Amino acid sequence: MDRIVFLTVDGLSRGAVYAAMALALVLIWRGARIVNFAQGAMAVAAAYAGHSVTAATGSFWLGFLAALAAGLALGWLVERLVMRHVGHDRPLNAVIVALGLVLLITAVLGIVYGNEFRPAPPAFDRTAGFAGLSPYDIFVFLSVAVTVGALAVLFTRTKAGLRLRASAFAPEVSRLLGVNVGGMLLLGWVLAAGVGALAGMLIIPTEFGLHPNAMDRSFVVAFTAAVVGGLDSPLGAVIGGLAVGLVLSFVGGYLGDQVTPLAIIVLLLAVLLIRPDGLFAARAARRI
Amino acid sequence: MTAPLLEIQTITAGYGAAPVLHEITLSVPPRTIVAVLGANGAGKTTLLRTVSGLLRPTSGAVRLAEEDLARVPVEHRVRRGMAHVPEGRGVVAELTVDENLRLGGLFRTDRRDARRALAEVYTLFEPLARRRGHAGHQLSGGERQMLAIGRALVGRPRLLLLDEPSLGLAPRVTAQLMGLLARLRDDTGLAVLLVEQNVRSALSVADRGVVMSLGRVVREADAALLRDDDALRHAYLGF
Repeated sequence: MDRIVFLTVDGLSRGAVYAAMALALVLIWRGARIVNFAQGAMAVAAAYAGHSVTAATGSFWLGFLAALAAGLALGWLVERLVMRHVGHDRPLNAVIVALGLVLLITAVLGIVYGNEFRPAPPAFDRTAGFAGLSPYDIFVFLSVAVTVGALAVLFTRTKAGLRLRASAFAPEVSRLLGVNVGGMLLLGWVLAAGVGALAGMLIIPTEFGLHPNAMDRSFVVAFTAAVVGGLDSPLGAVIGGLAVGLVLSFVGGYLGDQVTPLAIIVLLLAVLLIRPDGLFAARAARRI
Repeated sequence: MTAPLLEIQTITAGYGAAPVLHEITLSVPPRTIVAVLGANGAGKTTLLRTVSGLLRPTSGAVRLAEEDLARVPVEHRVRRGMAHVPEGRGVVAELTVDENLRLGGLFRTDRRDARRALAEVYTLFEPLARRRGHAGHQLSGGERQMLAIGRALVGRPRLLLLDEPSLGLAPRVTAQLMGLLARLRDDTGLAVLLVEQNVRSALSVADRGVVMSLGRVVREADAALLRDDDALRHAYLGF
């Protein structure tokens, strides 16, 4: 019984982080029709920036904030300097460029910081307390819930959100109505990269520590979560993230950690074969 | 004669190497409906896209109230009073009726008047008020057309560019639409550049008519004259 509780809490806690990462992927997919394969690498770069600030100031929280700021800035840079210049006529172009970006970021991090693992201590105690929840789990749930809630309010209740959605669905019409579609695309990248950086800061301390490839596995999981939920659906990303976190936790707990990478691939394949649009994708509204 | 609101001066434009429009010149004075007529492929839609800036002319100029628009990006033209309702209506299917309409007023700095304009559109198009919360893709063709035009009106344009508004509408609905355009012209001084395949309805409401063929203007005259010109109707308009 204890084991089930532990695996459930652990799965949901990791799942919340995957949900945040999947949400970041969905944000960019909806706006730009690009799967940002560089999301993980960008998050690691942001985490290293935070690590440097913490090392210089001795303050964990300053470093944490610096990592989030670095994430936002990286999103801005990547969109302005790279992605905006990638032709959208061929979807593969953006994929190749994003993969190139992964290699570039990983290599630069390796040169600057070295390729060994650096300790990344968690912000709070990770030993389970009441109902199997550790203080760190609570921190993760709160961070992700606040972020998801803020994004939901932004998108559904504000003018900027209306502009963001309109430019994602109908860029040409939005321009005719005076919406700066290029600016909305940039905003989407900045927000997504910020959310990605947060996810990185939450998950890296629960794994082996800081390393240029620290997010590779998490990215694959988050990508799976986004596909499970449907790349077009923010709600699907959140549910997909939690579901994938649970599945991995139970598979790892009962079958062994070696099996989890296999479980991710099986899950991804199953969804792609049975419902390629994802479980929560709205039937594409026909545009007339 | 009053100074024209919109002036299109010898524009040549197209996609890739082959021009679709050849040295088109025409103008729209305020409080006037100008119908652009012609068969499929005459370049009517391309003309509107060039006016609203979605397509850059290779030569020639587009002026709105005597301002050259060459350096004014698409998203700023609506602030100058130009509203383009594209072919296929351009309703954002995923957004609700209310969101679509609010989108039309987002660029405005006078928030109070934007709200008033929104309320006016709901009064003008009563069916939209009843379907406020419905998504765009749940609307009928006629409602969608109302929504697209209503959304343009929320921005209080001086010039409305309408691309095939009668497409797919019942004759009765088309007639109502044309009546509405005439009323807006008379009451608010709106100028309309109306692209239509439905020549009869367009000429029933237009003040001037321009006939295009293969990217050139072949005839420009008062709408009444075009209505009665049998030879022209047979040659270019097919009825």
